[in-house]
Amino acid sequence: MKPAPFKYIAASSLDHALSLKAEHGDEARFLAGGQSLVPAMNFRLARPAVVIDINGLDELAGIAHGSTIRVGALTRYCALERDSEFLSSCPLFADALPHIAHPQIRNRGTIGGNLSHADPASELPALAVAMEAQMRLKSAGGERMLAASEFFQGSLTTDLAADEMLVDVEFPALPPRSGACFMEVARRRGDFAIAGLATIVTLDTEGRCSKVRLALCGVGETPVDASEVAAPLIGQACADGPIKAAAAAIQAAIEPAGNVHASADYQRHLAGVLAQRAIRTAFQRAANAA
Amino acid sequence: MQPDRHEISVSVNGTAYRRSVESRMLLSDFLRHDLLLAGTHVGCEHGVCGACTILLDGAPIRSCLMLAVQANGHELSTIEGLASDSGELRPVQKAMHEHHGLQCGYCTPGILMTMTAFLKQNPSPSEEQVREALSGNLCRCTGYQHIVDAMMAAAQAMRAAAP
Repeated sequence: MKPAPFKYIAASSLDHALSLKAEHGDEARFLAGGQSLVPAMNFRLARPAVVIDINGLDELAGIAHGSTIRVGALTRYCALERDSEFLSSCPLFADALPHIAHPQIRNRGTIGGNLSHADPASELPALAVAMEAQMRLKSAGGERMLAASEFFQGSLTTDLAADEMLVDVEFPALPPRSGACFMEVARRRGDFAIAGLATIVTLDTEGRCSKVRLALCGVGETPVDASEVAAPLIGQACADGPIKAAAAAIQAAIEPAGNVHASADYQRHLAGVLAQRAIRTAFQRAANAA
Repeated sequence: MQPDRHEISVSVNGTAYRRSVESRMLLSDFLRHDLLLAGTHVGCEHGVCGACTILLDGAPIRSCLMLAVQANGHELSTIEGLASDSGELRPVQKAMHEHHGLQCGYCTPGILMTMTAFLKQNPSPSEEQVREALSGNLCRCTGYQHIVDAMMAAAQAMRAAAP
């Protein structure tokens, strides 16, 4: 339960970090909050030859509010939790952050580390997909923007190239008359989700759904974007029939694998229950926002 | 491969230390083996049990999920720094004693560090908030009820003593 030997380098700037990554490629790992990487190193599931510590790079931390909400990769969960402006502009986070591990983990863990780790049971990848986040990936050679739905490629696998770093995430502002809701079921608070669901419902002036975003965590190899599956809600008011139909469609669309905590059938059951509850709550919140 | 070593300076419970550490040395092991501050306990070594919780610049963290080299320039607080030099217990410690908040005691240092920071930020917590704050610290003896009782009592004692 001790990490294998590695060379530790504290990056002095983002350029320094990126040039080190360009030099060492897959042999090197960026160390942000360390709440996933260090356990993996303790178990020797990860044995990087070089660890590039980016914790000193203040330029990567912080939240910028503009036409979009831009969150630096090194922003820690505890900073998100304490930023009321952020929580009101990105309300899915207000619902989801308390589910993420425990206070000690939230004091260290970062949004960029979480998303780059791409654990399919983790909440934030599903939030990023539901919110149509844009990820800024940077390398020594340049930068590119990538939609969250294209960033997550598989379990613990992203589109990040060996020389790239996720440096910030841009969340579009919610349209007017929008309501959001995240819910999950885990064995205990702070454990990985057996199933979790994030949704954003936008209403027209008549109170009918004009747009729905919906993504699940814990029920696939990646966060599952079920926005298309839920699209029949568009044009509907908040009513049992369409919400139940959407939940059933989501249950049919997902392919949970089951795990030691829950069978695939139970995960599918939970996805349906969560869908009904979360969509209804999002409708209500959207109506209250109007 | 030559061990990759780094000079670090840390403050632990107000005492400054300067040491050379191998990069793969976990902060929990550094405290225990290099500084001989063995009050910080090591349970799971992958961030689940909370036994190794210490304060980094005042905030509770898992010391098994941080490298010692990363602590360079930071201020740490461990269980050894809680009681006064004369041995007088802090309210959280006294309350754990009075309410039988421990049996084997292995989880206790981590719980006390977690709750020291929590009660500083939340002087009047509800029982629900105390349980939530304790969620990252496993205790296999007490069933938590006596720890919760102790923390509610400690909060009250600290409020009564506050100027």
